[in-house]
Amino acid sequence: MAARAIWAGQIKIGSTAVPVKLYSAAQDKSIHFHILDAKTKSRVKQHMVNPETGEEVPQEEIQKAYEVERGTFVQLSDEELSSLEPKASRDIEVTRFVPAGQVSHLWYERPYFLGPDGNSEAYFVLAEALRNQEKEGVARWVMRKKAYAGALRPNGDYLALITLRHADEVLSPRDLPAPQARGLTSKELKMAEQLVGALEGEFDPEDFRDEYGDRVLDFIKAKAKGRKVKLPGAREKRPTVSLADELAKSLKSLKGAKEKKVA
Amino acid sequence: MDLYPAVRSGRAGLRMLCPDGVPLSRRYYSPESGKELDDDEMVRGYEIDKGKYVIVTDEELERLEPEKSRDIDLRRFVKKEEIEPIYFERAYFLAPAGGSVKAYQLLAETMEKSGRAGIATFVMRGKEYLVAILAENGILRAETMRFADEVRSPKDLGLPRPSRISKTAVRRFEKLIQTRSAKELSRDELRDEQTERLMNLVERKMSRHKDVVEAEVAERGPARVVDLMEVLKKSLARKRAA
Repeated sequence: MAARAIWAGQIKIGSTAVPVKLYSAAQDKSIHFHILDAKTKSRVKQHMVNPETGEEVPQEEIQKAYEVERGTFVQLSDEELSSLEPKASRDIEVTRFVPAGQVSHLWYERPYFLGPDGNSEAYFVLAEALRNQEKEGVARWVMRKKAYAGALRPNGDYLALITLRHADEVLSPRDLPAPQARGLTSKELKMAEQLVGALEGEFDPEDFRDEYGDRVLDFIKAKAKGRKVKLPGAREKRPTVSLADELAKSLKSLKGAKEKKVA
Repeated sequence: MDLYPAVRSGRAGLRMLCPDGVPLSRRYYSPESGKELDDDEMVRGYEIDKGKYVIVTDEELERLEPEKSRDIDLRRFVKKEEIEPIYFERAYFLAPAGGSVKAYQLLAETMEKSGRAGIATFVMRGKEYLVAILAENGILRAETMRFADEVRSPKDLGLPRPSRISKTAVRRFEKLIQTRSAKELSRDELRDEQTERLMNLVERKMSRHKDVVEAEVAERGPARVVDLMEVLKKSLARKRAA
């Protein structure tokens, strides 16, 4: 069954337009709970109230405000807020193309897949051209009254659009003091390379599961069937090799052999 | 290793106020009696069928939690490009803890040189995370990843199969791409203009004392601000002192 698109628009590269539909590539699988009345086991009602009177404030009387500092608010009217909104548009405007991988993962926020809307040739042509050129596009668009920046990337035969965080939301590693790898001997580096090499493999996301989430769901299902569920008492630690430990151990033995201090 | 968030929310959140300027608070009520409920009169329920809930207590959740451990359990190393970007969720910088400075530097140096990413699992606040450990500029960072069942594929979405495309059309698009190529992303393109506009409006109103209200608000705990730069400097300097 085809999933429902959440938005439709067009990729604009200069005057060239490619009509697309947007689909969420991520789906939330975390376990959600509801708040229940302990006595009746039914879902509670939630209201926003005036804490001084305990009275509910009707939606149309609620004022929106920005808290400048603790306890000081600047009220903003609906008209003012809507005047701040970006202009509605259906264009995903690609402003430039950069070498694939140039956009650091630090910026990535939420992934979407794009699908063709109507005539699909231009869509698959663009995906192929991006792949051939090993480029990704930097795009801007407005969706549901919010302005987004995103990376337009080929994904197999298809196109993905990953929203990017805003400039002031990300701390760049370049802003941090770059530690110099001084004092690392070639022997130590060789040993680290060997350790890394020994654990080399392919990335298959199917190899990893949210084991805690699985345990909680299994527990809930068993409880629903009225089964008495034994909860783990003292938890056992999985026997795993920690790379840091291994590194430290190997370093020790290296040091032992050389016996000299590393200044 | 210690973890520090590399990203924070920059969007200015708005508060809701009563007409007289008092911040609203959320209250919970019994759907049957309409009576206001205190914390100890509410429980957490998972909806197993429509309107049917399984009650789960804090204690039960706690006992199901993975063992708390500060270890980052590196399971394997993969080529950096092998990880599809749609898996990445959130980034944290890692700082060496205690006496592990040398191991940290060795790992960072080796991974950066070989273009490898480490795949690891670790536990944070009672939750298990799958992360990719990446090295850049001598700094290690952990990027939490979505699990396989949290990511959809074009097939899952029912996207149409690729159609036949003409080579001339591809070449035309390649030219389009080439003429608009740049070396890198500009931070300017990532400006949050909407928030900038909001802050300008707020400042204008503040300076004119227009629509400014004061209200007593409940004391919140002091925000724990960590100066990552300091922490990193300190832990990296410890090496020389040792």
